[in-house]
Amino acid sequence: MIPEIGHFALILAFMIAIAQSVSLLIGFNRADARFAAFGGRASIVIFCLAGLAFSCLMFAYATSDFSVANVFENSHSAKPFIYKLTGTWGNHEGSMLLWVLILALFSAVLAMQARAAPVKLHMLTLGVQAMIITAFIAFVLFTSNPFERLFPTPMNGEGLNPLLQDPGLAIHPPFLYLGYVGFSIPFSFAVAGLVLGRVDSVWGRLVRPWALIAWVFLTIGIALGAWWAYYELGWGGWWAWDPVENASFMPWLAGTALIHTVRVVERRDAMKGWASLLAITTFSLSLVGTFLVRSGVLTSVHAFAVDPTRGVFILTILMAAIGGSLTVYAVRASTLSATGRFEPVSREGALVVNNALLVAACATVFVGTFYPLFIDVLSGDKISVGAPYFNLIFTKIAALTLAIAAIGTLLAWKRANLRTVLRSMAPIAAAALAAGVIVLVIAERERVAGAFAVMLVVWLAGGALIDIIGRTKLFRVPLKDSLARARGLPGAAWGAVIAHSGLALFAFGAAGASLWNAEHVALMAEGDSAEISGYEVTLTSVEQFRGPNYEAERASFMARRGADEFEISGERRFYPIRGMETSEAAIRAHRVGDLYVSFGANQTGRGWPVRLYYKPFVGCLWWGAALTALGGLVAFTDRGRKPARLRRRRHASPAGMKVAPV
Amino acid sequence: MRKTVLFAPLIVFLIVGSFFAWGLTRDPSRIPSQLIDRPLPEFNLPAVPGFQQGLSSGDLQGQVTLLNVFASWCVSCHVEHPLLMELAARREVPIYGLNWKEKGLNDGKEWLERFGNPYGRIGDDRNGRVAIDLGVTGAPETFVIDRQGRVRFKVIGPITERYWNETLEPLIEELERS
Repeated sequence: MIPEIGHFALILAFMIAIAQSVSLLIGFNRADARFAAFGGRASIVIFCLAGLAFSCLMFAYATSDFSVANVFENSHSAKPFIYKLTGTWGNHEGSMLLWVLILALFSAVLAMQARAAPVKLHMLTLGVQAMIITAFIAFVLFTSNPFERLFPTPMNGEGLNPLLQDPGLAIHPPFLYLGYVGFSIPFSFAVAGLVLGRVDSVWGRLVRPWALIAWVFLTIGIALGAWWAYYELGWGGWWAWDPVENASFMPWLAGTALIHTVRVVERRDAMKGWASLLAITTFSLSLVGTFLVRSGVLTSVHAFAVDPTRGVFILTILMAAIGGSLTVYAVRASTLSATGRFEPVSREGALVVNNALLVAACATVFVGTFYPLFIDVLSGDKISVGAPYFNLIFTKIAALTLAIAAIGTLLAWKRANLRTVLRSMAPIAAAALAAGVIVLVIAERERVAGAFAVMLVVWLAGGALIDIIGRTKLFRVPLKDSLARARGLPGAAWGAVIAHSGLALFAFGAAGASLWNAEHVALMAEGDSAEISGYEVTLTSVEQFRGPNYEAERASFMARRGADEFEISGERRFYPIRGMETSEAAIRAHRVGDLYVSFGANQTGRGWPVRLYYKPFVGCLWWGAALTALGGLVAFTDRGRKPARLRRRRHASPAGMKVAPV
Repeated sequence: MRKTVLFAPLIVFLIVGSFFAWGLTRDPSRIPSQLIDRPLPEFNLPAVPGFQQGLSSGDLQGQVTLLNVFASWCVSCHVEHPLLMELAARREVPIYGLNWKEKGLNDGKEWLERFGNPYGRIGDDRNGRVAIDLGVTGAPETFVIDRQGRVRFKVIGPITERYWNETLEPLIEELERS
């Protein structure tokens, strides 16, 4: 009966969402507060109902209720309990229900913030949000119902894909969805703002925290996915430009442009049309990603089971949401007039350039991802676009973006003196050059590419450093005053410094791990040794054991380098229920990189094929991503409650932010 | 003028959206029609290091066979592999392998040692020349070859259990009967 309760809760939520959409639109037209009040409360009720539905499905998973088709297809009684729970969203239907739940959560939070926003803007934003929820609940109910029953009830389930039985991948989708869905709120705000002709600093202040928190979640979600690919797939890589990976990366790129542009709207009352277009684009790309993953228009390892009716349904949602919002943009964007003017050389100007580059990067990924589809439709040819295309074009654009980001934060709003900024960056340029030369001298391989990468990293991190030194007047005023200034800096400034440092760290990890990766393959028996990057790795023992729902082989290695000696072990698991094998690579961070060992089956009886890698600086990837997300979080805490003009008058404007009176 | 520019995003989206709609009507794992029913291009590939026999187009005649393009660097091949092992164990249909664009000398061999070898014969297509003749777009890819050595069907991407049951197995049975 529990699954039926969940099903009915979802149907009820659907009905309320329809009523909410209608009442908010009527209330908006008639400026009637009663309709608005209903609309606000409805959001909270929908969230409770979606939560109930999701709990019911989770309960069915927890108790292995195989009379529910979805549980039968994706679970098994012998599965560890934690993966029974996470299996709730490890499949198409359950993950869409999670999507709806998160959407309802964000709407409910938005509904509770009614007092912070202008009444009409809030009402319309919530109304757009209600329509999105209606569409997605309809999608779940009509094409992907997780509560469908099965009769006769099977004895046991078919099991969850073993690749998904992993802590990294269990928490990766919720973060990703929090990011995707989080961008629905800036989207709704953009549509509402365009309709009202009200995209101003108040709008910017309302949208910015939402855009930031969604961006933080998306950053974490993508990083978790890359980390999972690194330690679980056993090929030593962390990003493959797979369509599904790209689907999450495109909204991230557009979202990155958005969080910067919204700041301009908030502080300077400029770039309004562009900000609303970016808000629309970011969520649209999230929707397109969903379409891509779940409709089967492109083949991918990650893709869910394909059903054409779902593709048609999502495409309809896509057409309505994106087509509708872009129509609103086309008709209304000309009514937005910017009051804040700025010179080409200014922080706004730098952000315009960076926005253009981010959009170009996003377009590069988009074209690469969908090119096979376009060619198929146009000529019937089947082609694939591989990593070389992305590595060739994307890295160049990304490098340019990061190079400009370094000086962007140093430029003043409105009108900046490029010469002063470049002069303050002179020591950093010297340091970057020196670092580049050092790499040219000491690197054993990939000298030129490595030198460029390291110069870029030093330049970007140095820019953040100079920024913070300039703002706190470190070395120019007593240390105590500098600390006081540091405390007084807005969260947005700290966030930018932290996130840019994180990106520098990440770029360093990406460059190091791909340029100076060492790889060695050997057939090893117990007692054999192999050498990689100065490590002597000995296969000490291989033993069989039985896990909760798998059989496994564990290989232990002793690694020695100089006086350091340590043991690492990896596993190969066989899941009989799905007939699949997975590997857990032996990974140990040592010195500046990771020693990474994966091994295969001893088929010949002569030994195990062992693949050894030494991946320098790979840890920087994860710490860099974490730092980037933290930067977003710090910027999120900066609410910028006071209108920009007031605050500027009260504080003596911090260095680097000097502006002429408006 | 300025106002018409604002319609650009909408127009771009409508174009992209119509591609999406069109794309939905197509099965990405289906071969372009003009290649179907053509005889397999002639080729003669050396053996993968560590194996005795290479693979030539002549080997793929006389019975219904599968020609599977795989590579050790291909993640999807890893996903597909257990099913191929199972098909080979059940002796459903002879499976031949085309080991595509391996970088290291022994990569293909080690991969097969690690995960098992479902293939009757394997050709080493290190420079990808034969794959170009075959119109291979990526790995894995699987060709269904009939008795006369003609390509009858091509699957792009990994074969799944369901795809085997619903599409390939009936097709192979039909080809074997005729």
